[in-house]
Parts: sequence; structure tokens; C-alpha cells
Amino acid sequence: HKKTESTPFRICQKLCKSSEITLSTLSVYTCSLKNIKQMEYFVLFRRTNQIKEELRQVKRRHYTIAIREWKKKKFKNIHCLSVLIFLCLNSQGVRKSYREVIDVSWGDPHRAGVKPLSFVRQVLAACLYPQLMDGDKLMVDVKQRAQRLLKTCAGGSVGSYSDAAGIPQIIQSVSEYILRRDGGIPCHPENIYITPGSQWALTVTNILKVLVNSEASPRTGVLIPVPCHSTTIVSLTALGAVAVPYYLSEERGWALEVETLQQALDSAKGVCNPVALYIINPGNPAGYVQSRKCIQEVIHFAAEKKLFLLADEVYQDCVYGKESEFVSYKRALAEIGAPLSDTVELASFHTASKGLMGECGLRTGYVELVNLDPAVMKYINNLFSTNSCPVLGQVALDVMVNPPQPGDPSYPLYLKETQHIRASLAENVRRVEEVINSFPSFSCQSLEGGAFAFPRVFLPPKAIEKAKEAGLQPDTFYCMRLLEEAGVLFSPGTEYGQMEGTYHISFCIMTPTDTMEEILKRLSTFHKQFMREFA
Amino acid sequence: MSQQAVNGVSCRGKVLTVENMNPNVKRVEYAVRGPIVQRAVQIEKELREGVKKPFTEVIKANIGDAQAMGQRPITFFRQVLVLCSYPELLEDNKFPEDAKKRARRILDACGGHSIGAYSASQGIECIRQDVARYIERRDGGIPSNPDNIYLSTGASDAIVTILKLLVCGEGRDRTGVMISIPQYPLYSAALADLAAVQINYYLDEDNCWSLNVAELKRALNEAKQHCKPRVLCIINPGNPTGQVQSRQCIEDVIQFAKEEHLFLMADEVYQDNVYAEGCKFHSFKKVLFEMGPEYSSTVEMASFHSTSKCYMGECGFRGGYMEVINMDPEVKAQLTKLVSVRLCPPVPGQALLDLVVNPPQPDEPSYTLFTKERTAVLATLAEKARLTEEIFNEVPGITCNPVQGAMYTFPRITLPQKAIDKAKAEGKVPDMFYCMKLLEEEGICLVPGSGFGQKDGTFHFRMTILPPTEKLKVVLQKIRDFHLRFTNEFS
Repeated sequence: HKKTESTPFRICQKLCKSSEITLSTLSVYTCSLKNIKQMEYFVLFRRTNQIKEELRQVKRRHYTIAIREWKKKKFKNIHCLSVLIFLCLNSQGVRKSYREVIDVSWGDPHRAGVKPLSFVRQVLAACLYPQLMDGDKLMVDVKQRAQRLLKTCAGGSVGSYSDAAGIPQIIQSVSEYILRRDGGIPCHPENIYITPGSQWALTVTNILKVLVNSEASPRTGVLIPVPCHSTTIVSLTALGAVAVPYYLSEERGWALEVETLQQALDSAKGVCNPVALYIINPGNPAGYVQSRKCIQEVIHFAAEKKLFLLADEVYQDCVYGKESEFVSYKRALAEIGAPLSDTVELASFHTASKGLMGECGLRTGYVELVNLDPAVMKYINNLFSTNSCPVLGQVALDVMVNPPQPGDPSYPLYLKETQHIRASLAENVRRVEEVINSFPSFSCQSLEGGAFAFPRVFLPPKAIEKAKEAGLQPDTFYCMRLLEEAGVLFSPGTEYGQMEGTYHISFCIMTPTDTMEEILKRLSTFHKQFMREFA
Repeated sequence: MSQQAVNGVSCRGKVLTVENMNPNVKRVEYAVRGPIVQRAVQIEKELREGVKKPFTEVIKANIGDAQAMGQRPITFFRQVLVLCSYPELLEDNKFPEDAKKRARRILDACGGHSIGAYSASQGIECIRQDVARYIERRDGGIPSNPDNIYLSTGASDAIVTILKLLVCGEGRDRTGVMISIPQYPLYSAALADLAAVQINYYLDEDNCWSLNVAELKRALNEAKQHCKPRVLCIINPGNPTGQVQSRQCIEDVIQFAKEEHLFLMADEVYQDNVYAEGCKFHSFKKVLFEMGPEYSSTVEMASFHSTSKCYMGECGFRGGYMEVINMDPEVKAQLTKLVSVRLCPPVPGQALLDLVVNPPQPDEPSYTLFTKERTAVLATLAEKARLTEEIFNEVPGITCNPVQGAMYTFPRITLPQKAIDKAKAEGKVPDMFYCMKLLEEEGICLVPGSGFGQKDGTFHFRMTILPPTEKLKVVLQKIRDFHLRFTNEFS
């Protein structure tokens, strides 16, 4: 259903252009918005959609051919049709060497083919359609959970609004989860806000907004790691803040060195007034996990320099390095003891989108605020009160912080599924490191946590030149060619920031193992060709 | 840790204080969830703990939350959603074929066939196409382009996003946004947050809360002295006032917007909620296009819709969309960037929206039940709208305009001078004082008119008409008794 060029609407638009009537009410928009740079990803994304559409058309054409042949030959048997369709789809009349684009540019396990956890989906199903609980389709613990959760919803329906901060009973579950995670360090439910995704908590409505005074002079600065996922940078810009980069040390497995924080502060002098330090642990897109010692150093630094800590800890369940362990900033802060543990202000973010559950589409996360001035909390509360968070996502969050336990009827399946995801991830990590590092023109630091690989690619000068001719960043150019020729969508390092003169690619490693094998196969073949072409 | 660091720490105050925080945030207030509601929550807790009160439950008539009030979800919608969430059920023959067909189609459009995957920031493409087709049908064939449709996290998200795009400038060049008084507090909260200038235009209570252009002109001309008016917000059908605009009125507004070069924001989330005899919903877009190319190719507009209201009342899913019209392509590019920050609207909400814009057709198995449920909800609402007006208007000291549409009544209350004085002595706004007392004595939670704005010296409250009919009668009765008692007490 596409409107053709000749609809009155389009004609009107054209008329208006030609007679140069300006549509100008909106042409002066917030300058902060203008400052957002166009993400490289958009170029790739648009092309991906085009390629997908081309592939769909090819497929459709082949179906038509198959059916025509079937009719012509007057086969009666329907099986002949399916054989014909199969043959046609596999015929090499296609321009592309692949039949499907694999998109691993996002940290989106379901998109990459990971199956949702049954228990989560069963509880969602029972909440959505309580009639299901009358049958024997669902396990008793699924029903109990759904009944308990429905009771917490106004009118017993997931279709009603929840409290602004989230459903109180679910907030309680979250706070108990944090308490267990942090070995008994107290956690107060009134400091937790559930939001439509962790990005929302951080940026769209809330924490950064409170911190960033768009009218302040000098402007408000926030220290951000390089590399860093681009949404945070975009949000900061949109709020009128200045992102002050600190560089992670790639040679040392993307470790955070406190000296670089000092360098970043020095670089901000005369430019802006840094008030917050943004940390991503486990890393995204670089797959590091910070040690307890590192975290403590960072906290001391923040205390000394009077910085508000923003800890993005959404990958806390994705730690697979043999030596690595996730330590929350809150826990490390408490372990340091007074006076820091009572003073350093911290916001920690988590979400149902990541981890083993991977329910990105439900859009639910939470933030825990530590040591905030009660007077400020009052305003934060007001700000959150304009929020309303999707209820299904809160249901998923409840399951995340409170999964089936040994002895529960659903536990065996839950265990099997989560073990399978963990095992696949471990295998993918092994294979990615093995295959990528087998090329001298790639270098991948050991992957300890998170959902991404962020290997460095050493691009030949000729390729860099060619990219410049095409008006693309060199690694965007590489990703574009990878997409065109191998049907794999990665995102370029440019998107995340990188040391001048270095190039990287980023891709999600939370996929089924066979998908990862296919990706690595396509990547290897492509990379060899690419390096040969530009040698 | 170095000694120096310790020294640095010992004199450490907070990084984030009321003095240095974003000053705009301090001005954000949201009456629908204000002090009355907080007190209501407390009272509920006290009731659970066994504290004796003159009532056994708190009735929250403060918010347009249909299912919280016992409205049943539309079966077809929930069937498709459950199939999308747990596709194993597609094998189950309990579900009708059309529900399965819809679920398969939605799942095919999701990454990895899962509603747990992110969608494009603007929303799933085939759903945007369905929305465009829905708008075309609604508007009698006026074309709608899917590229102009942005799915959102409820309508409020889209409204705030558009305001964000529009607000700029300093001092006298700061963007002014015209909003109706009474207004829906989302607007004032967002404007405070964005430090935009709020320009009030008053609806005419004596004429069923109608909007007249002379008043728009007055408000605009006054505002021009201190800001740059660029936006005109209209809520139709009205919230909290329940009026439905006539076609002529909409035409006048469009004419005005064109002359004054204003961006129109049409909040049309109650478009299916029209009850009064002789009233009909006209979309701003339809009227705009019927006015001819001189208008339809120039007036910039955004129209908002949601899955939370109408007959669906699925607030918890946070589904919604906006259609932008005549937006400069360069600005649209900025809008696309801006929405990408929140990654994507909740996918179950998008799926639900798809069903709302593409409901069962007469030849499909779910059609009969769907139509029955839809009609029943709307008929009950119409009945409750009538009932509310009737009962309130019998009470001396309460006057109530007909609830032509939407889900609220916004009656005017006459308060005795003594009550006003008492309220002032307690540091309260008089209608807040009234509502608080009503809550304490009868357990009914309403929002005082001051939260929405009202002409000086007049007092109102907003109440939703959503409670089930029998309960609504009780509520109306209780408010009546309370009002008489209150008037007696203070005269």
C-alpha cells in the first residue's frame, strides 16, 4: 500500500515547494537538537531495509515462477509445488550471495534469534488473558505468579495505569533483588523508579535532565567513556550538555584508568562544568568487566572531584570472563564505608531488555538512586509522576528479579533454557575470539561481559581513501561493504567513538551458535576479499 | 586513598542540590497525581491496616483509567496480544482464526518474530501503514502517508516530543504555547520542564466550554508582548471539560492558525468518545484538507491518538501515535533523531494499536463479539455521561455542562465565603480544600479544578465518569450529600 506520486497530498507538497512557500514554523528548532550529529547507523539501516525489500521481491518472484511452472506442467500433487518453490528459492539467479540479512548491530537477542524464556512469556500470557488460567496448559507456578501480579494491578488488569514510580509490589521485589545481589546492603524501595527502558530513566525524562542545567554558563558537562553507545551521547546533546570523553585503554582489555578521568577533567577546563561521571559496566560495546579495585578507585575519584556517578549496569547478568565478577557500584560504595558511602551520589540503571531475558521490546528498566538530597528527591518524584510505564514490561521485570526457584514446577525448563543461552554465549565468545584473532588485520580484546564484540580492524590505506571518496567514515565504509556483499549488519566504531586513526566494528554476540557460525563464515570470506581488494 | 583525597571528601556536600539542579524541573507539577492522590494512597493503606473510616474503599475517580474501574478489555485485542506474547498458543484451536492471522502478521513484522525485540524507533512499518489506512478511512479518503506516522509510548510521549522540537529562543523570542484553560496538566508540566511560555486561552463555560476565536486572538495579542507564540494546542473532545468542537469551530481555529502562523497540536485521543446528540467528531486533518490546498499544504500540524481511551481503555500498554502534516523535511529528520533516543515504543503497545486501527471485519469470526463489546462500552459511557450531568445539575451549588464527549465532567461548584476563608487560613486553594475534605469524609478521590486552571474566583473539580453505572450513582449521591453538608457547615 504505497501512495503514488500523484495523490493530492503529494501534489500539494510539490506545489508548495515550487511556489516557495516556506513551511517555517518549525524551521527554527532547539539548537541543541541541531547539534545532534546524524548517526552513521542511519545510512546502514536505510540500506539494510532496501536490501531486505530487494530480497523479498526476489523471493516473491521465485514463488510466482514456481507456481507458473507447476500450473504449466499440470502437476496435481501439491508436494511438487513445494519442491519447485524450494528449487527456485535456492537457484542462483539472485544477485546477492545470501538470502537473508543478519542484523547483529543492536544488543537485541530476540532479533538475533535467541528464544524468549518460556516462563516469562507464560506469565505474560496469563496476565494478558486470565482465561488461560482455567485450563491445564500452564504450570501452577505460572498461574500463581500471574494471579499475584494481577492483584497488584488496578482493577486486576494489565490494561490499567500503574503508579508513576511503578507497581509498588514490583518495586519491592526489585529492592529485595538488589539487596540479595549486594550481599545484604540495604536497599530502599522509595529510591527505585521503574521506567519505560533504562535509557528513558537516564535521559528522556529524568536523571540527566535533573543534572543538566541547559541555561547554565559554562554548560553542564558529563564524562563519558569512549567507546560508548551512541544513544547516551545523543541524549546529552539534546539536553544541551557537553559530553566530555575519557578513553578506555584498548591494549589493557578496555580497562578504565583513573588517570584518563583526570585527563578528561583537564580537557573540560574552560569548556564546561563537569558534574557527572557516566560508567558502563559491564561494557557496551567494549566487553570489559571492571574489577572491584577499579570501581573503588573510580568512586574515590568521583568523591574527590565532586561528580555524580551514573552507573549503567544493564549487562550485570552477562559476565562470562573466567576471572571476572560483576560488582555493583552500590556495593563497592557501601564497602568503602563512611564518609563516602553516605555522601557519593549514585544512580544505577538496570533493565529487562538485557541479560538472559532480552525483552527489549517491552521497554522496562529501573533506576536506583543513592545518597540524593531529599529536597532534590522531591522534585525527581514530581518529574517521574508524569511518567507511566508499560505494565507488561513490569511483569517481565518482576520475573527477572524473581525467577523460578529449585523445586518450582517451571524451574527445570527455566534452568535448561537459561543454561542453553549461557552455553551458547560462552561458545560464541570462544569462536569470535578465535576466528577474529586469526586474522592479523583484526584484533579483539578478550571478551568478559556484555553482549558485544568490539574488535579493532586495521584498514588498508587504499580502503580509507576509497571511503573518503564515498563520503563515509572508513569503518562505516567497511560495514557498508560487509552488508552489501555478505548480508551482515554490524555497526561501525565511529558510532561509539574511538581513538583517532583506529577503526572498529561492533556486533552483538548474544545469538544462537549456528547464527554466529554463519556470521563468522560470512565475515571471514568477506574480510579476505576486502583486504585483497584494497591491498 | 591519599590524605588529600580524604580532605577533599570531608568537606563534601551534595553534587546535586536544589540550588544547582535544572531550574525547570522544579516547576513541574502534575495535578492528576498531586497531593490528593498521594493522600488517597495513604488512606488506602490505613484502611488495609484496619483504621476506621466512614467508608470501606477509596474510589479513585481522578484519572481516566477505564480498566482500573472495572471495564473489561476487548476480547479480540487480548486474544491477539496473548498469541503474540506466547506464540505456542497459535497451535491452540481455542483461539479464532482471525486473531491468529493478526498475531502471525504482527510477529512477522517483529525482529526475530518476537515482540521482545526492538522495533524501528518510528514504529513497526506495517503498523504505521495500517494507521495511515485507518486515518484515510476515518477522514473519508484524504490520503495519509505512513512516513508521517510516528508510533509513541502513549500519546503523552508524542506530545512532549513535538513540544521539544518547537521550543527555542531566549527572552522575548522564547516560544509561547497556547493551551486551553482548563487544560490537561500534561501540557503545563511539559511547558514548565521545557521553560516554554504558557499562553492561556479560556474556554467559555457558559457556552458548553466552547472555544471562540476572539478569545484566541486576545490571548495571542497579549502574549506577543513577552514571547513568540508558535504553537496552538487543542484538545478535542475536551479534557477535562468534555466538549466536542463543531466543524465550524475547527475551521475557525485552522484559519486562525494559518493567519498567525502557528503550529497546531491536535490532541484527539478521545475521538471515539462522543455521546451527545448532534455532536460528531471531526478530525482537524479532515477539516484542514476540506478547506482546500491553500490550507492543507501550508498549515503545519500534529495529531495525536492513543490506545488508552475510547472503548479500548488499555492504558497499561502505552500505545499511541502521531501524524505530522506539512512538516518541513529537515525538521522531520530532527524528529526522527529525537525519537531514536528512546530506542522504540513498547512493542505490545504497537501491536495493540495495530488492532485498534485494523479491527475485525464483518466477514471475520471475531466481528460479532467485537462489535458487541465495543458498542456496549460506548453505550454505557453515553448513559453515564447523561446520568452525571443530570444528577449534578439537581444539586444546588453545582452546575455542570453536558458531557458531550471524552470521559470527564468538570462541574462548577459554589463555595461559601467561610469555606474560602478557612481554606486560605490553612494555606490551601479552596477547591483543593473541598476535594481533600471530600476524600477524608467520603473516600472519593477527585482532582481540584485549580490543577487544570480556571477563571479566577470560580471553582471546579474533575471527575471521570468511568465507574460502573451502579457505583457511579453511589459516587454522585455521596458527592451530592457531601456538597450539601459542606455548604451547610460553612454558611
